[in-house]
Amino acid sequence: MSRVTIPEVEHAYPGSTGCPGCGANLVMRYLLKGLGERTILTIPACCWAVMPGYWPSHCLKVPMVYCAFEATGASLSGIRAALDMKGVEDVTVVGFAGDGGTVDIGLQALSGAAERGTDAIYVMYDNEAYMNTGIQRSGATPWGAWTTTTPVGSSRDYKREPKKDIMSIMEAHGIPYAATVSVAHPEDFVKKAKKAKDARGLKFIHALSPCPPGWKMNPMKTIEIARLAVDTNVFPLYEVENGRLRITKKGKGLPIEDYLSTQGRFRHLTEEEVKRMQESVDSSLKALEEREAREG
Amino acid sequence: MSRSYEDIPLTPISDTPSTVNMTGLWRVFRPVVDLDKCRKCTLCWKFCPDAAIELVDGKPNIDLRYCKGCGICANECPAECIIMVKEEAE
Repeated sequence: MSRVTIPEVEHAYPGSTGCPGCGANLVMRYLLKGLGERTILTIPACCWAVMPGYWPSHCLKVPMVYCAFEATGASLSGIRAALDMKGVEDVTVVGFAGDGGTVDIGLQALSGAAERGTDAIYVMYDNEAYMNTGIQRSGATPWGAWTTTTPVGSSRDYKREPKKDIMSIMEAHGIPYAATVSVAHPEDFVKKAKKAKDARGLKFIHALSPCPPGWKMNPMKTIEIARLAVDTNVFPLYEVENGRLRITKKGKGLPIEDYLSTQGRFRHLTEEEVKRMQESVDSSLKALEEREAREG
Repeated sequence: MSRSYEDIPLTPISDTPSTVNMTGLWRVFRPVVDLDKCRKCTLCWKFCPDAAIELVDGKPNIDLRYCKGCGICANECPAECIIMVKEEAE
């Protein structure tokens, strides 16, 4: 007897043109397992704009619309409006964008969709830089990381700005459901996708998606590193349902070195800089836990 | 495959599954499974980014036409029954 813990049905064909060990491939796989085949995707410029394969081939079994980089929020609102006109209610509309297309370029369209309360799910798969154009830093790149536009070298010009807190930005719109998910915890992922599907209004899912070439890591460690991100509390898993926060998966509280040492993009950091990152992770976890205790 | 322009839709609409892309050709390391050691935990199937692993009676059957050789299955397997072998080695 097999012990399958997530739906067995596949909504993707093999043969996508994602890199070996790509986290974003897993994000799509788990998301569609949670949402099912009655789903329409809209995808802007991002890794996933390339990954379905070259024309005429396509690796998904659900319909997908390409849109301009900044227009995911507008595009999903348009698809929803068209479905509403046709009286189709059982289709889930999903905007599926990378971190650059969400926190930088697509932010105003997303904010508009949240303000309108469009009934759709917005998924941001976060590989923490503009990966498919060549690892340029984005607003979601963490403090201290190397990218091609924040090169280290002798002047040590690594990224000096902290990661943009997109979850708080989305929450401030008063949306009904927002959650963080990780590819290392697919059961939690599928559960949250189903929950998002059942809520009405704009739902936001933030998925951490390790990128072997961009993070300078071994592709076989994708799941291990995603798991370490949760266990070191760099990427805590929580959900905010109608303004109430709940941490869904407690990290083991491992030191942040365990996570940083697996990736070449953090190799240049000194002990002091690592300590600074540890302090920032500790304080944001404390804020989350305090909020959970207050609201739970 | 060649087609006349009259057969091609005005907007590029995909009509072929990506199974025409033999991504297995990219592979540098090939997963080799020792099925006798398999404990049917299905983790390899769960974590395969390319959905290239099929479960047969709970045990993995890796489709080498599409497996890109990332090695996540070998890294995650608790029974250590999957090893990665360099392609030229055989």
